[in-house]
Amino acid sequence: MTEQQALYKYCTQLGDNALIQSYRLAEWCSRAPILEEDLALTNMALDMTGRAQLLLQYAGQLAGKGQTEDDLAYRRSEPEYSNSLIMELPDDDFAFTMVRQLLTSTFEYFLYSALTSSTDKTVAAIAAKAVKEAKYHMAHTTDWVIRLGDGTDESSRRTQQALNKLWPYTEELFETDDAHKMLLAAGIAADVNKIKASWSEHINATRTAAKITMPSDDYQHSGGTRGIHTEYLGHILSEMQYLQRAYPDAKW
Amino acid sequence: MATETEFPKWEVFTQIKPGANYIHAGMIHATDKEMALQNARDTYTRRGEGTSIWVVPSHAIVASNPDDKEMFFDPANDKIYRLPTFYVMPEGAKAI
Amino acid sequence: MELKEDINIQNVAMSIFDRKMEMDEPIEPKDHMPDGYRKHLIRQMSQHAHSEVIGMQPEGNWITRAPSLRAKQILLAKIQDECGHGLYLYSATETLGISRAEMIAQLHSGKAKYSNIFNYPALNWADVGAIGWLVDGAAIVNQVSLQRTSYGPYSRAMVRICKEESFHQRQGYEIMTKMMRGTKEQREMAQDAMNRWWWPSLMMFGPHDSDSPHTGDAFKWKIKRQSNDELRAKFIDKTVQQAEVIGLTVPDKELRWNEEKKHYDHGPINWAEFYKVIAGFGPCNNQRMEHHKKIHAEGAWVREAAEAHRAKHQRQ
Repeated sequence: MTEQQALYKYCTQLGDNALIQSYRLAEWCSRAPILEEDLALTNMALDMTGRAQLLLQYAGQLAGKGQTEDDLAYRRSEPEYSNSLIMELPDDDFAFTMVRQLLTSTFEYFLYSALTSSTDKTVAAIAAKAVKEAKYHMAHTTDWVIRLGDGTDESSRRTQQALNKLWPYTEELFETDDAHKMLLAAGIAADVNKIKASWSEHINATRTAAKITMPSDDYQHSGGTRGIHTEYLGHILSEMQYLQRAYPDAKW
Repeated sequence: MATETEFPKWEVFTQIKPGANYIHAGMIHATDKEMALQNARDTYTRRGEGTSIWVVPSHAIVASNPDDKEMFFDPANDKIYRLPTFYVMPEGAKAI
Repeated sequence: MELKEDINIQNVAMSIFDRKMEMDEPIEPKDHMPDGYRKHLIRQMSQHAHSEVIGMQPEGNWITRAPSLRAKQILLAKIQDECGHGLYLYSATETLGISRAEMIAQLHSGKAKYSNIFNYPALNWADVGAIGWLVDGAAIVNQVSLQRTSYGPYSRAMVRICKEESFHQRQGYEIMTKMMRGTKEQREMAQDAMNRWWWPSLMMFGPHDSDSPHTGDAFKWKIKRQSNDELRAKFIDKTVQQAEVIGLTVPDKELRWNEEKKHYDHGPINWAEFYKVIAGFGPCNNQRMEHHKKIHAEGAWVREAAEAHRAKHQRQ
């Protein structure tokens, strides 16, 4: 694996995470519990779509086969997608969405903070933009998780249930592979081990303020980064890629 | 069915550029000040038309009564000595 | 004695309202206003707000299937604007002494309406284009006119909305243009969308001036500044040319330029269909209302939680 191939893999993974998150967030459009929150959720979806666009565009350039960001988003199949599994899980309710977004946005905040000093100029530039977005997403979802966790009995129950369900998918965020290691040595990628402590600290503080208990930690899922996904991703892609696949010659 | 309660109302003021006056943009609903600021941001500054936001609980706004308009504002009308154009400057005096 | 004085104050206040009307000065929330004026505004403005929010549904139907990342961003941003515009309008209506919760209850009970146009389905991707170009195009003609409406908060909301909506129509027209320059299938989709959305868009301006029940008061109170037929003509005149440029056919065989009137003459509008859809029998009436009710009910526990959290912490 060359460094360029490793970087392609890395950017695709970050891009896929953004893209699949944006898909799930956008599903909330016209479905939020209050109108003001409808705006907030679509805003996050827009940030993520924009981020996916930049990352996949760069990945396309690195691959050197003339692929655009749309080619990568709309013409790859499930095994070629490398997002973490947590991104593709369907939203049970608003608590699930807020807890997931807290977990992933907190991770992304620390990740992109570190990537702002990447030796790769493009990655650093994308990170500089992403870190601002992630900081806001983290603040917004932290506030909501505390409100819901420390709200009514029902909201507390739903928040706890969401964390229990999502927790076994958190470890995968910190997984590394050969590409990571190569890029880390070159100062391009971020060291996720260093991020872990900051992430845990913020999640625990929020959890405590929300009066939610720590789920048991006996099993962790994995596979997304290696292209082995949940059944849900197939449905996301068949919906998202429908027009591009049904009319392959059309320009949109 | 229980009567639906509403989140308290907040008036939103945005500053379009640094140094400018804050201008009333509209209103949003929120249960706390963090939510109020975030909702105001997403509702009234989607096109980057803000550098700063104030949110004020609507009940804290005291408005003058339209019936008192004459009493409140007409007395200012004849105090033209508050305006710079009231004064005659000698010819040749600059930058005053 | 006291009663008599009250009546006197009332009379003075009402004469201020009349004078403001005459001087074209905006009416503000704390001004005295005739009951009928307030009621008319609540009815019209809440209907306008509901339309923005219900209008998110047909386009929302295509968000997950938007065919490119760019298209997805534009569509999301646009629907988000509709939501924002709903919010501006609800806030403006709330200055008249009605709560958002009451307005939503009226929508659910059927007492309040929303624009008929959103009871039509968005069936192919070109429909997203047609909605932006034709539906928003029609709405903006109306909204530009409403910027001069007599109620201050409504007029200010309209100014903000018009400024933001200017991109909506362009994005719709861009989609139609792309489709018309695309494959045979894309052109067919575009024409199909045009055929289905043209007539309902004309209906958006409401019945002909001769049959419009509310026109009288709305004009007297300067809530409405131009008539249904005037606004409809304005829309047709600008849209027909745009259709021709990209090769779309307007589905009206009687459409002809009238040199004398300097407007297009058009074929008869199917008012039976219009009233049928208003009566609740459009293709999507049930679907739209059920969605809104369901989402509102599903969100109740979130709203209760936020209230409960505030009560516990007395944060504000």
